[in-house]
Amino acid sequence: MRRRTFASWRAFSILLTLAVTAGASSMASAQTPASSSPFFNQEEFERQLAQRSIEPEGPADEPWIQAIQPENVDTGQYAQPAPWHVCFSNAGVNNPWRVVGWTTMQAEVELHPEIERFTAVDAEGDDNKQISDIQDLLGQECDALIVSPNTTEALTPAVEQACAANILVIVFDRGVNTDCPVTFIHPIGGYAFGADAAEFLSEQVPEGGNVLALRILPGVDVLETRWAAAEIIFNQNNINVVGVEFSEGDRARVKSIVTDYITRFGQIDGIWMDAGQDAVAAIEAFEDLGLDVPPITGEDQQDFLQKWSEDDLTAVAPTYPNFQWRTPIIAATMILSGQQVPAEWVLPQPVITAENLDQYLQPNMPPQHYALCGCENMPGFPERWGGDPAG
Amino acid sequence: MSARTAPPPSRERFGTAPTGSPGRRIGRALLGTAPIFVILAALLVWITIENPNFTDPPLFLLFLRRAAPLMVLAAGQLFVILAGEFDLSVGALITLVVIVAARLIDGEPERTWPVIALLLLFGLVVGLVNGLITTRLHVPSFITTLGMLLILDGATSYWTGGSPRGELPENFRQWGRLGIEDVPVLGQLPYAVFAVLIFGSIAVLILHFTAYGKQVYATGGNPRAAFLSGVNVSAVRTAAFVLSATSAVIAGILLGGFTGVSPDAGQGREFQAISAVVLGGAVLGGGRGAVVPAMAGALTLEAIFTLLNILGLESPLQYVVQGVIIIVAVAFAAFRQRTAR
Repeated sequence: MRRRTFASWRAFSILLTLAVTAGASSMASAQTPASSSPFFNQEEFERQLAQRSIEPEGPADEPWIQAIQPENVDTGQYAQPAPWHVCFSNAGVNNPWRVVGWTTMQAEVELHPEIERFTAVDAEGDDNKQISDIQDLLGQECDALIVSPNTTEALTPAVEQACAANILVIVFDRGVNTDCPVTFIHPIGGYAFGADAAEFLSEQVPEGGNVLALRILPGVDVLETRWAAAEIIFNQNNINVVGVEFSEGDRARVKSIVTDYITRFGQIDGIWMDAGQDAVAAIEAFEDLGLDVPPITGEDQQDFLQKWSEDDLTAVAPTYPNFQWRTPIIAATMILSGQQVPAEWVLPQPVITAENLDQYLQPNMPPQHYALCGCENMPGFPERWGGDPAG
Repeated sequence: MSARTAPPPSRERFGTAPTGSPGRRIGRALLGTAPIFVILAALLVWITIENPNFTDPPLFLLFLRRAAPLMVLAAGQLFVILAGEFDLSVGALITLVVIVAARLIDGEPERTWPVIALLLLFGLVVGLVNGLITTRLHVPSFITTLGMLLILDGATSYWTGGSPRGELPENFRQWGRLGIEDVPVLGQLPYAVFAVLIFGSIAVLILHFTAYGKQVYATGGNPRAAFLSGVNVSAVRTAAFVLSATSAVIAGILLGGFTGVSPDAGQGREFQAISAVVLGGAVLGGGRGAVVPAMAGALTLEAIFTLLNILGLESPLQYVVQGVIIIVAVAFAAFRQRTAR
């Protein structure tokens, strides 16, 4: 009998929640045209768009230790004398962005002699492996545990378990659904990325022009937010989005899709991309048809920046700055030596434009090197990142 | 058991090849696999209805250029399938070709040809290893080439540390990207189309006009009978793997030319190649199929991708469609084989 009462009470509360959220979302959509994406969160969207214009605190030439609106927390309980053993559970090094970041992080560790041991485990993009990696690391007497979660939901319990073990936990890049880590380090976020690119196109593309949106994969939260923001901006500016296509990171596919759209619509006036790794393939599709390249958005990969500069394109490159791989190590040393850090450490998210393009161009670096690695003054640069010291 | 009581190898199981003049044999092979041409034509008409510009000769040639790597790959894979095996390692080999070429050439045009020669040689070795392990060590080719896929993928990403380096110069990229300019009516005649014609012709010659070609059919149709009639089954299969690996190197050169350096250049191409061959009427398990329909199968697959794009289907659904097509094609081939008896 008691069970049934409980069950019906739960059903009622679920209904209530549904009603409230439905009401809330319809209210939100009454104000601004909201995104249809199930990943969309109006409050977070507005917060990120606002954060773009807030001056970050900290030295401008070291953006990886800057923070936007930091609210410091006391970390005294984690302070302890050096040397330290720092541990890192990495989601994977399965794309060039993570490869560059991982290289930078290792270089950062070498800058801190107080870190006597650095134990890193690679989950190879597998949630289950990362969960057991974290459990293994808990038995290795780490003074600090840095986690770059593979996915948000799946890794939350493992991170909570680490917090419960009374260890200093630092999370960066993707988040987890708990605020138990001492600090969560991340750049502003995907909404800001998507909006920066969409606002640029809205200015550059003539009234009624055709924009093609190229995305990598559906269902990845960090990429979904980019598109959700762009969709809203395009709606607000009456941009005609003729297609939203997924490339799965296959360059041949990008080139084919763009070619198909050009031949089908006669003209494409702008290309929006949720990541820049295949931007050059999209550009080449226009070149191969003997057409001028329309305004395009990319990211801070060298091959795109170089193409942009050489061909004098109309382009913009929002970034998901790679230098965030330095911050967790710095945060660990700060906390272990008793300094305060922001509970949510929001890093700046620079945008590369025609004005500052030259400062990010590094022709001696590999094609998929990220200009915002923040690694230029680190020992071993550029060879360690695959660059050519002669160039 | 005396020779007289052994059942004579049935002509049916030898497939379409062993009898008649080469011309008639090709004719019969074409006839036997005609559905693919009907499907291809229907798809092209459909695409043209959705996008009337599609059949403009210059734009259609761009479509052919895009399909070229898969057409070459399908012709190579056909030999392995005909001989009764699989080659799952071709996608990984393509990625390796693109990444290694970029790193070794590193934008220096004079290194292009030596590196291409080196890659062809490497392809030869990969094919030989696949073939020898399958035939001498009796490892099923499904496992051999799956292992090779992992080895090549792992080695490539180990060597690059996960992020490709270097650059492909214009004289490497031209094969997949450029062509003979200013051809009347056609506009640009892509080099990749020539590559398809040349590789396709060689494949037709080998398969339909040489003793080796007959042995491939015999090996796939009934390896025991082929062996008893003096065919060196192991050598025939090994050579098929070498041909397939060579086609992967050529496809890699075309793809690298088409798109430039990419760490995912070859991803999934092995399944596309097998799908194309199956669509072209080849029977998994061996003995049945022909070069031209297999290449038409590749073109059909590319046309399906194009159509799905035009219709606005999202990519996960495209996989679903590809999966359904493979199953239907194999079921259809099996049905036809049953009713033919």
